[in-house]
Amino acid sequence: MKNTGEKIIEGALAFSGLITILTTLGIIWVLVSESFSFFQVVSVTDFLTDTEWTPLFTQKHYGILPLLTGTFLTTAIAILTAMPIGIAIAVYLSEYAPKNFRKSLKPALEVLAAVPTVVYGFFALTVVTPFLQNIIPDLGSFNALSAGLVMGIMIIPMISSLSEDALHALPKSLREASYGMGATRFQTAFKVAVPAASSGIIVSIILAVARAIGETMIVAIAAGQQPILTLDPRDAVETITAYIVQVSLGDVPHGSLAYKTIFAAGITLFIFTFVLNNISFWIKKKYQEKYD
Amino acid sequence: MKHIEANNVNAYYGENHVLKDISLTMKANTVTAFIGPSGCGKSTFLRCLNRMNDYIDSFRKEGDIFIEGKDIYDKKVRVEELRQKVGMVFQKPNPFPKTIFENVAYGLKIQGIKSKSVLEEAVEKSLKQAALWNEVKDSLHKSALSLSGGQQQRVCIARALAVEPSTLLMDEPASALDPISTAKIEDLIAELKENYTIVIVTHNMQQAARVSDKTAFFYMGNLIEYDKTKELFTNPKHERTENYITGRFG
Repeated sequence: MKNTGEKIIEGALAFSGLITILTTLGIIWVLVSESFSFFQVVSVTDFLTDTEWTPLFTQKHYGILPLLTGTFLTTAIAILTAMPIGIAIAVYLSEYAPKNFRKSLKPALEVLAAVPTVVYGFFALTVVTPFLQNIIPDLGSFNALSAGLVMGIMIIPMISSLSEDALHALPKSLREASYGMGATRFQTAFKVAVPAASSGIIVSIILAVARAIGETMIVAIAAGQQPILTLDPRDAVETITAYIVQVSLGDVPHGSLAYKTIFAAGITLFIFTFVLNNISFWIKKKYQEKYD
Repeated sequence: MKHIEANNVNAYYGENHVLKDISLTMKANTVTAFIGPSGCGKSTFLRCLNRMNDYIDSFRKEGDIFIEGKDIYDKKVRVEELRQKVGMVFQKPNPFPKTIFENVAYGLKIQGIKSKSVLEEAVEKSLKQAALWNEVKDSLHKSALSLSGGQQQRVCIARALAVEPSTLLMDEPASALDPISTAKIEDLIAELKENYTIVIVTHNMQQAARVSDKTAFFYMGNLIEYDKTKELFTNPKHERTENYITGRFG
């Protein structure tokens, strides 16, 4: 009797694991098969080199570059915002903050990650953009800058939390060695602790990049929906994710070539995040210093 | 000449009274060993000498400690400068995950010394003093973590020596090492005595007998006996000391 019960539980647990794997495989299958039929009409060369993306217009072009630059631009702004602040917070928490303060500040920071992204999107559109327009007069009402900045704020806790974990995992003896040599806290933090924890810090940044590339709501709301090939942060841009939202919500007929573009865009996005996740996994395995 | 002088030092971790009225003096260019069972306060006292206890929130100290005539707990003393004068070697080898060269040059670099020739000279000199130069001179730019435990500990000694301290504190420096590495460290201590004042905490009584000129026996936060090493080991004045060195407890 007990054996049968155990077996049912084991089966149920294995089944739960199987569901996620099957879902992932299913998603990959849909992405690959739909984009395969897309690439039978549009050549891969055109897709990668054409500088215009106008699948919904009469004059149709299928160049992914404008969407890539849009994604790259917002992601770069987000990382440039989040990286220094995130690492500074991590260093403060692990090297300076009193223990009790650290215990309460860390979860408080992680609340930032719990804010729904749609809220961030409206925050960017209705607060940050008007504020920035006071400083930069020719800033569009949709622009890459404020979407990127707000996305950066969103991913700060990701960098600060994972980097702090990496710093916190360093043995106490390493810091003592530095203090014992007459180093200040600042020198100990930036010449010993941060370099020693660099693999963990780099992993946190790569994961944050992957998160920024895949982020949708903020850019769809605040960055605009104009696939223009530009690297000017004051302009409206369209990211891959924002394009997918635009088409998914629009009245593009199922099965049409325009409909299939979202799968081609989707697989491009998937390849990027997949590669980044694997790089971070690889760095973690290869470069993490072993302390016993 | 008095090199280190402690007057009525008391120390507390929160409510815990861990050092009770310790007074002792150490002469320059001597080796002093601190012995005693675990938790007797010997390491805490050692760490008072370069103020490594400063970072422990609950730690509190009374009494004065003078090194080379200076009150090291005086408000005007910069703790960073003190630690450049009073170097420390820890129980477990703790090289930085950097190259051997970078490890040894660290103390000078954080003092703002950038000149390559100065750094190279200091690294070579310190590694020679630590009896490691011949083993690593061709691999200075390899990670210090690739060395054996005994070599890592000598890198740590070289690192401490590079800033030319007057005093070297060693907290059980050989307890994590094999007998051959231990012998090397002990030989080294005998050589370093010529230029440095050394204080060593050890659990190993033979080691204390071999390397030190004077020995202090700590028990439950008290300094029970402090005498010439030979005298303390052959003719202890206190019963507790005798019981400890003959292995009857501890």
